[in-house]
Amino acid sequence: MSAQSQAIASPALSRWLVIIAVSTLLWFAVYSHLSEFADAVVATLQLSRDTHFGEAVHFFLFDTPKVLLLLTGIVFVMGIVQTFFAPERTRALLSGKRVGVGNVLAASLGIVTPFCSCSAVPLFIGFLSAGVPLGVTFSFLISAPMVNEVALVLLFGMFGWKVAVLYLGMGLLVAIVAGFVIGKLRMERFLEDWVQQIQAGQGVVHADAAMSWVERFEAGWDHVKQIVGKVWPYILLGIGLGAAIHGYVPEDFMASFMGKDVWWAVPAAVLLGVPMYTNAAGIIPIVQALIGKGAALGTVLAFMMAVIALSAPEMIILRKALKPTLIATFAGVVATGILLVGYVFNWVL
Amino acid sequence: MKNVKVLGTGCANCKNTLALVEAVAREKGVQIALEKVEDLPSIMSYNVMSTPGVVIDGVVVHAGGVPARSKVESWF
Repeated sequence: MSAQSQAIASPALSRWLVIIAVSTLLWFAVYSHLSEFADAVVATLQLSRDTHFGEAVHFFLFDTPKVLLLLTGIVFVMGIVQTFFAPERTRALLSGKRVGVGNVLAASLGIVTPFCSCSAVPLFIGFLSAGVPLGVTFSFLISAPMVNEVALVLLFGMFGWKVAVLYLGMGLLVAIVAGFVIGKLRMERFLEDWVQQIQAGQGVVHADAAMSWVERFEAGWDHVKQIVGKVWPYILLGIGLGAAIHGYVPEDFMASFMGKDVWWAVPAAVLLGVPMYTNAAGIIPIVQALIGKGAALGTVLAFMMAVIALSAPEMIILRKALKPTLIATFAGVVATGILLVGYVFNWVL
Repeated sequence: MKNVKVLGTGCANCKNTLALVEAVAREKGVQIALEKVEDLPSIMSYNVMSTPGVVIDGVVVHAGGVPARSKVESWF
């Protein structure tokens, strides 16, 4: 079987490498001319950037291709990276790790391990049953949805690398500290009874074999189809709304109630964010436009983190494995962390 | 006859996996007993951490995401 798959693999592999090389060149060529493109279209439509409408159209034409290009590129790379971090592997890396080091490792692995909120419970229990401490498991569970490539790409595309790095750092910090605190609270008895009864390590052998590079590239491309296919309408909608805000809402309009000097803005943003459920793709373009109008970055980032990290549907799924006390503690600790991040950002920047 | 179980809590990917397995088996004319396992304790008893998972005759052959069509074909 291996000789046969080798013979099939080489032409397939070279084809992939050629496609990737050509697409990378094309990608950079297009990415470096986005501004000219938007200018040209606005000029062709005989609009002026001095008008509200012209400015809004320019914003839309410049940001949409930019964000979609960035997203496609990064999601493809992440799809490949994720093939190296199957949940089973991550679990093996985390099991038996001490609290502290374990929390840091868990939060970091949360970025690269494929995660879908519909698998949150199996993953959660799988970790616990392999001897990963509860607090360490929570660090993973908080970081995985919050610090994801879509959020980082959008932040990078719309605010630049500094804000993206700050978000990455703060997201990790919230996940590490919140997991650490939950671990210290010793809440194991607030797991549902059936979860507590599950015995450690049944050791079922999975039939999955090692992957070839062709399979990894295919996984990367599948990831693009899945993620970009799902989020592009939100991005268009978000950038459209963002463009309208950008073009029409007066400067400093947001400063009065989302500005730096409004002390209650951060808690209000977090409270507002929890029941809302959307993905990073839809929220970030709007967030960018709000900031352009005088909203404070910390307030807006706190809102974003609350929307992404604390969502009602995920809590409902987790309820199957956690008793209400533990869910409330989880929500409370994470919300407090986000609150602090919001205040720190507003204070520092 | 093969006994096929699809493990998953009812997300879209789980339904897609179920439909794919059913379609491929019918195409190949293989008789299967297809079963959907939705309750968490049972899913966990297979030690599967990322759903959807597929179990054939008691052996976990796939976990995490919708399997590729070629992979499903190789099972029958």
